[in-house]
Amino acid sequence: MIGPALLLLLAGLGAIAWVSARMRAMRLQAAARASGRRDAMHSLPGYHGWYVALWTVLPAAIFLTVWANVAPGMISRSVLEEPAARTLPADEFSRAAILSEARAIATGKLAAGFQPLSQPLVEPYARITGQYDMAGMTLALLLAFAGGAYAFTRVRTDFRARTRVERIVMAALLLASLLAIVTTLGIVLSLLWESFRFFSMVNPIDFLFGTKWSPQAAAQGYGTKDAFGAVPLFWGTIFIGAIIAMAVAIPLGLMSAIYLTQYASARVRKWMKPMLEVLAGVPTVVYGYFAALTIAPALRDFAVAIGISGASSESALAAGLVMGVMIIPFVSSMADDSINSVPQSMRDGSLAMGATTSETIRRVLIPAALPGVVGGVLLAVSRAIGETMIVVMAAGLAANLTANPFASVTTVTTQIVQLLTGDQEFDSAKTLAAFALGLVLFVVTLLLNIVALRVVKAYREAYE
Amino acid sequence: MSAATDAPRRNPTDWRSDVMQRRIARRYASERMFKLAGLAAVLVSAGFLAFLLISMLGAGLRGFTRTEITVKIDLPATAPGLTPATVNARSLIAANLPGVVNDAADEALGPGGAALLSPGAWLTLRDAILDDPQMVTRVETLRLPASTEIDLAAKTGGSPEAEASVERLRKAGLLSTGFNSTFLTTSDGTDPTQVGIWGAFKGSLLTMVVTLLLSFPVGVATAIYLEEYARKNWLTDIIEVSINNLAAVPSIIFGLLGLSIFLNLLHLPRSAALVGGLTLALMTMPVIVIAGRNAIKAVPPSIRDAALGIGASPVQVVFQHVLPLALPGILTGTIIGMARALGETAPLLMIGMRAFIATPPGGITDPATVLPVQIFLWSDEVSRGFVEKTSAAIIVLLVFLLAMNGLAIYLRNKFEKRW
Repeated sequence: MIGPALLLLLAGLGAIAWVSARMRAMRLQAAARASGRRDAMHSLPGYHGWYVALWTVLPAAIFLTVWANVAPGMISRSVLEEPAARTLPADEFSRAAILSEARAIATGKLAAGFQPLSQPLVEPYARITGQYDMAGMTLALLLAFAGGAYAFTRVRTDFRARTRVERIVMAALLLASLLAIVTTLGIVLSLLWESFRFFSMVNPIDFLFGTKWSPQAAAQGYGTKDAFGAVPLFWGTIFIGAIIAMAVAIPLGLMSAIYLTQYASARVRKWMKPMLEVLAGVPTVVYGYFAALTIAPALRDFAVAIGISGASSESALAAGLVMGVMIIPFVSSMADDSINSVPQSMRDGSLAMGATTSETIRRVLIPAALPGVVGGVLLAVSRAIGETMIVVMAAGLAANLTANPFASVTTVTTQIVQLLTGDQEFDSAKTLAAFALGLVLFVVTLLLNIVALRVVKAYREAYE
Repeated sequence: MSAATDAPRRNPTDWRSDVMQRRIARRYASERMFKLAGLAAVLVSAGFLAFLLISMLGAGLRGFTRTEITVKIDLPATAPGLTPATVNARSLIAANLPGVVNDAADEALGPGGAALLSPGAWLTLRDAILDDPQMVTRVETLRLPASTEIDLAAKTGGSPEAEASVERLRKAGLLSTGFNSTFLTTSDGTDPTQVGIWGAFKGSLLTMVVTLLLSFPVGVATAIYLEEYARKNWLTDIIEVSINNLAAVPSIIFGLLGLSIFLNLLHLPRSAALVGGLTLALMTMPVIVIAGRNAIKAVPPSIRDAALGIGASPVQVVFQHVLPLALPGILTGTIIGMARALGETAPLLMIGMRAFIATPPGGITDPATVLPVQIFLWSDEVSRGFVEKTSAAIIVLLVFLLAMNGLAIYLRNKFEKRW
């Protein structure tokens, strides 16, 4: 247990080290100057302060981190060697349960135990934990003092404190940027690992090409053969995210971009552009609520009125429409960028030949900007298929393989949420299926992004 | 000479001819149509935004008010044990205030009167007594919150029985509308008249603090390293590719990461603000890195050269000259990233933040919920009383997001420098 008090104490020691080392360096500096050597001090006093402070705090902090991870195991081992632990059952599992209960009581997290055997262990636990805490604290403080004293003796006029401190700063910067790699690795490895476990239960071919999705049946013991066919999910995702949403977002986004960049006056642009950006800033849960509460019932009534069968109040169309609106600013800003980077000379040439503005746009600007627009649309698709809340709230759970936009379909993200938010054990095929779906989603969005960025980059280079 | 004579002789186009005039008219018409189509696209997008905001405001503003019924309560008669000196939270529990309120309501509003009041009406009485202990010695008229059915019937219309009761109460002059302070001070609950957003708000706040503390230093450090110091080698390439990929990964994938690493591997507490903050920090970090790199890139090299020229070390150049100049840009990116994290729901559902939590979290390891998840939970409730609460919570969330985005735009306009 590392109390906040110990950390505060350490920080205080660091501050004292900083101040005293800095004062010593300043005295040295003053002495050097008095003897007429203005450049005798290599580093500014502040750097000497930081050097000593880092030596005081860092070794102790590293030690405490290691200690906090090692000590609980050592404490348990010592407790097991106590006479009170002789009566414990031999099997590992109940032993661990009793030990953890004793620990909870000893640290005050639990008022009383459920297992009678844990009671006699509480006293040794508290005693030994106290001993270890004491030892850890003493060692940490010793390290802090030793480090500080060692560094303090090195404060001299010719000591290169700045170089050392800067080396640590650089190391910290490098460590921070390595975190991005660690995160990516964490995502890939955790998805791969859980998916691997899933595919050891379910045949990958059945998963990727099967057309029947009913994980509930699998959970109830009807076998996994026909329960995890993800094709209806893939279809639902594409239907909502890549077809309906894009049918809304591409025309509206592209035309908005064209109007705002080519026709609108500066004043209109100044007001309308941030307004479109607000659409991108609205949280998806708000869109989802809006789709489920307002759009979906209206669409169902409409479908019933014109006599379409299978109309559901959780329709693909409602989710797709609202998702399309959410994507508009995304498409429009990508289109905006690509239209703006078409060289002005091409536009001027077309206008000079007597083409109207719309002819210039349709025959010259759009064909020239097309790769950029396509790249933007691909990015928009990757965002739409990864979008979760709108489909969770508006698209429904029925895994239908239908092209009727008024019917209910389900998507990959909806099913991930559905599979992981119930109460179930973590090892079942049902929960692991969520990770397999996540892996598919991750790979597809990654590929879409790579392709889109390639296209956009190649296009930019063509005009630069 | 020969080329000119070989070319077929052509009469100059007669632009005044009918054919040409019609053609020009057609081209101009299509030009106008195109322009109109563009305007329509912008207006449809803006119209959708307006429709969304207005429908949220329309339903949500009702969530901030509540219907109250005036009830006369005779405390000396119904709770004889209470004296001004003994009033405290514990003695009020012993005094059975819910019973007091029910009896008073039955007496004032006729049989079944207790059902017209919210199940939490006695809390209003309790708070009133705690505010003014002298109350227990006299007969007091209080405005107590009405039940969900009455509330709905008074606002938008409900079941025929409830509407009849509302009509009766209104005739008797007992019905009034007050500000729903409960909504801002309590947490989730089962009765729509008793729920509030304070718990979710506090959860959001704690989560955002964790996210900011983790993602800002790491993001800025990464941006500095990549933009100022990194040599072009395979390691740098991997870092750059990772960051660009992380910025494009769907948010739900971060939820899966949080579930399998933070919860299942490291055994951190479920649905805690700590885990939520960690997960969102991983999501926000790439945003800050990308914004930070752009801001650092925008600082002209002459500043660096000048600082290096008068003897500053590379670290001093960055921390004393480049970073202060790039800070407004970095802050703008950070605020936008934080706004995104504040509105994020999906990854938090993965790490168990959808649990029903009726007390505000005390710290970052306590079970908590956040505003967007609270909205999601309420939107799933069957009771109609939750509709206006959901919209009201959405208004609160949108106000915060708009304020954050507005601050970002203000910072950008105020400190943006053209070199």
